[in-house]
Amino acid sequence: MDYFLSEQQKTIKDLARQIAEEKALPVRAELDEREEFPRDLMRELAGADMFRVFVPEEYEGLGGGCLELSLVIEELSRVCSSVAISYAASALGCFTLMDYGSDAQKRKFLPDIAAGTRLAAFALTEPGAGSDASAIRTTATKVDGGYVLNGTKQFITNGGEAEIYTVICLTDKAKGPRGASAILVEKDTPGFTFGKKERKLGIRASATRELVFRDCFVPEENLIGRPGAGFIQAMRLFDRSRPGIGAQALGLAQGALEAAVDYTRQRVQFGQPLISLPVVQDILGDMATQIEAARALIYAAARMVDSGVKNVTEVSAMAKVFASDMAMKVTTEAVQICGGAGYMRDYPVEKMMRDAKITQIYEGSNQVLRNAIAIEVRKRKGRTQ
Amino acid sequence: MNIAICLKQVPGTTAVKIDPQTNTLVRQGIESVMNPFDAYALEEGVRLREKQGGRVTAITMGPPQAEAMLRQAISLGADDAILLSDRAFAGADTLATAYTLAAAIRKLGQCDLVICGRQTIDGDTGQVGPEMAEMLDLPFVSYVSRIEEIAGGHMRAQRMIEEGHESVEMPLPAVITVTKEINTPRLPSLRGIARSKSAQVPVWTAQELGVDTGKVGLAGSATRVVKIFFPQRERKGEVLQGEAEAQVECLLGKLKSGGLI
Ligand SMILES: Cc1cc2nc3c(=O)[nH]c(=O)nc-3n(C[C@H](O)[C@H](O)[C@@H](O)COP(=O)(O)OP(=O)(O)OC[C@H]3O[C@@H](n4cnc5c(N)ncnc54)[C@H](O)[C@@H]3O)c2cc1C
Ligand SMILES: Cc1cc2nc3c(=O)[nH]c(=O)nc-3n(C[C@H](O)[C@H](O)[C@H](O)COP(=O)(O)OP(=O)(O)OC[C@H]3O[C@@H](n4cnc5c(N)ncnc54)[C@H](O)[C@@H]3O)c2cc1C
Repeated sequence: MDYFLSEQQKTIKDLARQIAEEKALPVRAELDEREEFPRDLMRELAGADMFRVFVPEEYEGLGGGCLELSLVIEELSRVCSSVAISYAASALGCFTLMDYGSDAQKRKFLPDIAAGTRLAAFALTEPGAGSDASAIRTTATKVDGGYVLNGTKQFITNGGEAEIYTVICLTDKAKGPRGASAILVEKDTPGFTFGKKERKLGIRASATRELVFRDCFVPEENLIGRPGAGFIQAMRLFDRSRPGIGAQALGLAQGALEAAVDYTRQRVQFGQPLISLPVVQDILGDMATQIEAARALIYAAARMVDSGVKNVTEVSAMAKVFASDMAMKVTTEAVQICGGAGYMRDYPVEKMMRDAKITQIYEGSNQVLRNAIAIEVRKRKGRTQ
Repeated sequence: MNIAICLKQVPGTTAVKIDPQTNTLVRQGIESVMNPFDAYALEEGVRLREKQGGRVTAITMGPPQAEAMLRQAISLGADDAILLSDRAFAGADTLATAYTLAAAIRKLGQCDLVICGRQTIDGDTGQVGPEMAEMLDLPFVSYVSRIEEIAGGHMRAQRMIEEGHESVEMPLPAVITVTKEINTPRLPSLRGIARSKSAQVPVWTAQELGVDTGKVGLAGSATRVVKIFFPQRERKGEVLQGEAEAQVECLLGKLKSGGLI
C-alpha cells in the first residue's frame, strides 16, 4: 500500500531500516539472551540523527512529528523491539518538556537529547499506581529554591540508562491528582538512585527499573509548566505517544510475517512447501491483512496528532489497542506455522511473540484504553462526523 | 586540518563483463558503487575532521554519473565534493588518473592530507595513490591500518606489512592509502542526507584544471590494454587402473614427466 509519505519521511524510514538490518539484526538474539541494554545501537541511532527526528528544529532537531517517530519505531521494531522501545522511551521522556517547558529548559536539555548523547525517560507508574495513575504517592515538597522528592517509581523504561527523567509527582498532596506536577530530574542528582532491574518475558534488552527518591533536591527551574498540571500533561503525552506503541506492535508483526513467509516457503512437508498448503495460506493472508489495517490506522492517527486537532484521545487509543492485539495474534500465528522451529530460540519468531505481549499492557492497558474509547464513543453517540 | 579523499566509482558486482572489442568494462546496466576501500578512506578523513577541525573534500575523476557517489560521500560526512569530468579524461590509465587527481589537489590548495583506498576492486592496481604522491612531491605511506598521532605538523601511522605492522612517522602534508582495518565506516545521517541533496558539486574540466591535455585520458596513458581475458582453467581428471603398485608407478611417472616432482 502507498501511504504517500513525503521524500523526507521515506528517507527516515529507509535509513531506520538500514540501521535495523545492518546493526541490530546481527546482535538482537544475543542482546535478548543476555538482557543487555543496546548501548552501541543507541550510539548508531544517534550518529544517524534518529534522535533528532522528534525534536523541533530550534533545538537542533529535524522537526518531525508523531508520524516520523512512528516510522522509525516501526522499522526498528521489525527487527528488534527492545531497540525500538529504548529509542522511543527517550522521545516519551522529553515530550512533556517539548510541549510545556520554557525556552530556557528546552535549550538546556533538548539539544543533547536530539544529539542522542543523553537519553530520556518518563516516570509515572508506582507500585501502588498502575492503571490508576491518580493513586501516585511520590511527593515533591516545596522548599527554598526548589523541591524535595520522596517516593518510588516502578517499571520505568530506560531506568538507569537515561540521563534525564520526567517524573510525575505530587507537589500538593492534599489535592490528589490535581496536585501532580512534572519535574525534570537528572541522573546523579543526590538522593536519586535506582532499584532493581526487572527480569522480563520480552523486550529483554530494554532496561526496566525502579527509580528511588530519598530527600532528593531538585531546583525550582526543573518544574515543567505550572504546578498541578502534571496529570493533564501526562494524559496529553499519552495521546500523542500511543500511536508509537502501535508502531512498535506493527513492526513486530511485520517482522514475524516476513519470517513466517521465509520459513514456510522453504520448509517441505508432504512433498510440498508449507506455503502451498491452503491452511497456511489462509493464515498468512489474514496476518498480512491485519498488519495492513493496523498500519493504515496508525499512520492516520499519527497524522491526526501532527495536524494539531484537539481531541486525539480516541483515535490514538484505537491505534494502540488494535495494533497490539493484532501483533499478539500475528506473532502467535507465526510461531504456530513455523512449528517446532518457530518455538526455538534459533528463529526470531519466539522472541517476537514474547516481545508482542507488552504492547497490550503499557502506556495504558488495552482494557483501560477500550474503556477510554467507549467514553468517547458515548459522547459522540456512536456517530461519525 | 584540510583533508582530500580520492574516491572511485566501481561496478557494484564482481561479475563484470569485458567488451572483447574495446577491452573496456561493460558498465551498462550495472549499478555503480563507491569503491569499498574508499569508504574507509572517507571515514578516516571524517573522523580526523571531527577531532581536529578543518574540511573534508571528496574528489573523483569520472563520468557525470559519478556525482551520485560524491553526494553519498557528503551524506557520510564530507564537507565538499568536486567532480573531475571531461571527455578528455576518458580512457585514463593509472598514470593519467594520478596526474589529473594531482592537478585537482594542487588547485584545491591548502591540503594537509590526501587519503586514498589501498586499491580499487575493478582496476585493482593500487598505483594511483603512490603515483599521485610522487607527482605532488609529497611523502607517501601505503596500507595504513591506524593513524596513531597527528601533532606539530607530523603524523605517525601504522602500516600493514607482510610480517606485521610498521610504525612510520612523516611530515605533513602527505598522501596515504588505507586498509579495511583502519575503521568501521558509519552509516549516513539524516542531516548528511539532507545536505547531500542540496549541496553544490562543482565540475572541474581539463581547462579549469589547467592540465596538459596530452597528459590526461587515453592520450596521456602510457599503458594500452591490448587484451583482457579470463584465464581458461582446465581441469583434466584421469582415473588410474590396475594393481595398486602399478598405479603408484604410473602416478610417479606422470608427476616426473610433468616436472611436478
Ligand atoms: C580490467 C582493467 C585492467 C586495467 N589495467 C591497467 C594497467 O595494467 N595499467 C594501468 O595503468 N591502468 C590499468 N587500468 C586502468 C586503471 O585501473 C584505471 O583506469 C585507473 O584510472 C585507476 O586505477 P585503479 O582502478 O587500479 O586504481 P588504484 O590505484 O587501485 O586505486 C587506488 C586509490 O586511488 C584512488 N583512485 C583511483 N582512481 C580514482 C579516480 N578515478 N578518481 C578518484 N580517485 C581514484 C582511490 O582512492 C583508490 O582507492 C585497468 C582497468 C581495468 C578495468
Ligand atoms: C516493560 C514495562 C515497561 C514500562 N515502562 C514504563 C515507563 O517507562 N514509565 C511508566 O510510567 N510506566 C511504565 N510501565 C508501567 C505500565 O504502564 C503499567 O504496567 C501499566 O499501566 C499497567 O499497570 P499495572 O502494571 O499496575 O497493572 P494493573 O493496573 O494492576 O492492571 C492489571 C490488570 O487489570 C486490568 N485493569 C486495571 N484496571 C482496570 C479497569 N479499570 N478496567 C478494566 N481492567 C482493568 C489491566 O488491564 C490489567 O490487565 C512499564 C511497564 C512494563 C511492564
